[in-house]
This record gives sequence, C-alpha cells and structure tokens, in this order.
Amino acid sequence: MSTNTEKIRPKAPRKLKHYFTAAILIILLWRSAVLTDSSLGELLSGLPNMLDLLKEMFPPKWSYFEKIVDAMLETIRMALVGTTLGAILAVPVALLSASNITVSRWLHHPVRLLLNLIRTIPDLLLASIFVAIFGLGPLPGIFALTVFSLGLIAKLTYEALETIDQGPLEAMTSVGANKIQRIVFGVIPQVQAHFMSYVLYAFEINVRAAAVLGLVGAGGIGHYYEVTLGFLEYNKTCTIILFTLAVVLIIDYASTKLREKLL
Amino acid sequence: MSKPWSEIVPKPRKNRFRWLIYVALAAIYIWAFSGVPFNGFKETAGVITKAIFSGIFSPDWGFVYLPDGEDLLHGLLETLAISVLGTFISTFVCIPFAFWAAVNMSRGKVISGSGKLVLSFVRTFPEIVMALLFIKAVGPGSFAGVLALGLHSIGMLGKLFADEIENIDRGPLEALISSGASRMQVLWFAVLPQVLPGFLSYTLYRFEINVRSATILGVIGAGGIGTPLIFALGARNWDRVGIILLGIIVMITVIDIISGTIRKRLV
Repeated sequence: MSTNTEKIRPKAPRKLKHYFTAAILIILLWRSAVLTDSSLGELLSGLPNMLDLLKEMFPPKWSYFEKIVDAMLETIRMALVGTTLGAILAVPVALLSASNITVSRWLHHPVRLLLNLIRTIPDLLLASIFVAIFGLGPLPGIFALTVFSLGLIAKLTYEALETIDQGPLEAMTSVGANKIQRIVFGVIPQVQAHFMSYVLYAFEINVRAAAVLGLVGAGGIGHYYEVTLGFLEYNKTCTIILFTLAVVLIIDYASTKLREKLL
Repeated sequence: MSKPWSEIVPKPRKNRFRWLIYVALAAIYIWAFSGVPFNGFKETAGVITKAIFSGIFSPDWGFVYLPDGEDLLHGLLETLAISVLGTFISTFVCIPFAFWAAVNMSRGKVISGSGKLVLSFVRTFPEIVMALLFIKAVGPGSFAGVLALGLHSIGMLGKLFADEIENIDRGPLEALISSGASRMQVLWFAVLPQVLPGFLSYTLYRFEINVRSATILGVIGAGGIGTPLIFALGARNWDRVGIILLGIIVMITVIDIISGTIRKRLV
C-alpha cells in the first residue's frame, strides 16, 4: 500500500533553486549592509535622537505659516508651469515615437531611446544641473519639471496612441485626408481624455517634486527646510511638513476626482 | 434629401458652464505665468550648457576607478546598496501594514480604512525630507538614506500589497477553513502562495524607483553617487559631471532591463 501511494504521489519540486536564490539574497544584503555602514546597533543608538527630534517638532509653530505661504504658492506655480510646458513639448514627441503614426522605424526608435534616457535622470538631479546652468531661483526648477513631465507624459501618451482604433484613420485616408487632418480629426479625439489624465497625473507628481526642489536651490518651499533645520528650529520644520502634506493631499484628491471624470 | 446634414445630425450638447471652466483655467494660468520671475538667462548659461554637453561626450574616464576608493564605481555600488537595503526593509515592514489595510483581511471597513490612511500619509511624505530628519538622528551617511528609503517605500508597497491581497481567490481560504485550519495555517497555505508572485514583482518595481531615489540622496548628504555629483557641480568640473551622469544613466537602464525581465517572468 505504501509503495503504491508513493508511486502515485508526484515528486516535490526541487528546492535547490530556492536555496540558491536565498543565498544570493543574503550575500547581497550582507555586502550592502557593510558598504552603507548599516547596523541595528546604530539604529538603536540613534533612536533616542529620533525621539528627541520628534519631541522638539511638536507642537508645530503655527505662526510660521504666514511666512511660508508665498513659498508654497511659488511651489504650486512652478509645478503648474513646468507641467504645462512639458505637456506642450510632449505632444510632438509622443506623435514621433508612436509606431502607428510615425511609421518610419528610423524615426520612432531614436526618439524613444532619447525619451528613455531622459526618464532615467531623477528630477532633483536635473534641478541641480539646471541650477548650475541658470543660477538659483525657480527658473531651473521649472525647467527640471518641464523635462521630467516631458518624459513621463510623452511615454504614457505614445503608449495610448499605439492602442487607438485604426478605423477612423482608414476612413479618413480613403476619403483623401492628409496627415495633419488625420491627426487632428482621427487621432486627437481618441487620446484627448487620456492625455489630460496623464497631464493631471504628472502635475500631482510635480507638486511633490517641486516641494523638495528648493533643497538644491531651485525655488519653492524646499529652501525653508534647510533654513529651519540649520537653525535647529524643528517646530518650524514641522509646520512646513504639515503644510506641504495638506497641499499635496488636497491636490491629489482634486486631481484624482477629475481624472475619474475624464476616463 | 432636401435637408442638409447639419440639421439631421444633432450637434453634441455643450455644457452651458463650459466657459466658466475656461475662464477659471485662464485665470490660473495668468496667475502662474505672471509670477515666474524671468529676467533673461545668465550670460554664462550657454557656455556652461556647452561645457556640460562636452563633458558628457568627453567624460573624465579616470574617475571610473581610483585607488583611494572615492570613485564612480564605489559611488554607484553604494547607491545600489542603499536601494537594496531600503527595499528589503520596507518589504518586510509593509507586510503587516498591507494585511491591516486589506478589506478582506481586516474585521471591518473602519480598520482597513485607517490602514489605508496611514499608508497614504507615509506615501506623501517626501523621502528626501525623511532623509533630512534621519540625518539629524543618525548622522550624515548612507545609513540615513537606507532608513529614509525604507520608511518611504512602505507607503507605496503597503498599498500595492494590500491591493494584491484584496484580489485573491476566496476558494482555497474557504477550503482550508472548512477542514479546520488555524488562522496562521490559512495565511501560510492559502493566502501567501497566491500573493507571493505579485509581492515579488512589486518589490522589484519599487527597487527600480529606489535606485532612482538613491541617486539623489547624496544631494543632501545621505550617501550614494549624489555626493560626488554635487561636489563636481560645485567645483565646475564638467568632465566629472559628465562621467557621473553617464554612470547613473547606464546603471538605471541596466537595472530597469534586468528587473523588467524578471518581473515579466514572475507574473
């Protein structure tokens, strides 16, 4: 009986692969911990510092609020202008990288490659490079957000473009419409809502990004983190953090509702 | 046939308050663009741009490996190490949060709702600000970056994991419960096998994001490749800026390709 069941029961899958993966993972983590000087002991010894910091952050200094309203408005303004410029630039780029509109492979592959390269550079790095080029102020921040939004919106839009219905385009071609007419009357109505939704999405991300761009001198509220932390005024830092959180949550909520309506 | 097409086909009805939206949008844009201080570019802007581009095309190859260890490879490895550890920490810490926030695992909507609220709160807190606070607590260095990434990623990973848990098939759970399995056994044998591929895929996805974040942590002194980049920018050493940018682009592209391939095989 027992030999019988053993014959029927399938063999358990080999576990060697799992052990191998686990071993690699452990080595990876161990090397990483050594390289970054991370240890539980250091965390524990830093814990009292952290609690002190939290204690000093509360209660937040509400009177500081008036001083940072202007900086917050500048942050939102930067995000808005950056997203808009990026969205405008994204339209031709997206059209050029969609394989069903720009049929030539020699055109849409290089444009896509360029787009992928742009998207690998994080926004704060872009901002610090633009600060080196244009000097301190919101202008480099806006340019960084423009480039970042261009990469994001153009990628999402060209993916939407590639899934459009070819029917209207064929109908228009058969009645003799030219390329521009096909794009204006056949392509744009199909992707308009998606495009708007992506722009709003990029705006959400940009508001968050703009809030920290000031750390490298690219304008907005981020600058005040350094000011308050440098003078050890943690209760003011707390005000900035809470204000930023509130603004981000409100904009996220409004934008999500709008996007739900669009799609 | 006498009627023209424009009378037969009704025009789509327009919203009567549409103009109000346009006016509001125009007002917002006027406010936004008028507030941008634009008084011409610095006259050096063109020269510096040219210098950075020539730096990218004629990079400082000597910086790739230096005997004293403060070189590009070390910076990139440190960046990777920060993101590996940060992702690992957040993956483990976020699992209880994910079960807390999943509707089908908690007792009621209030409990799971509160879990979702906590996660979205953590998510909106920028990692760079967390890193600033951790630098105050544990001192500048990569460890502050690890902690910041670990804490920040909990927000997004917890939400994605919770969504994954909410989408599982109830069948295996009910089968196990009906045969008298304990709660832990149900979790281990019915829930975990269903969510594990999704969890791993999201973890890899978050790892890709964390590599990008880790490259900027150095800007505020939390370790990684950002530190030499800021120094090179400050010293106007454009060839070095070029090689560092090149290194970052190559590293992120390679990581994205590897992680993307694994994720495709997982799901």
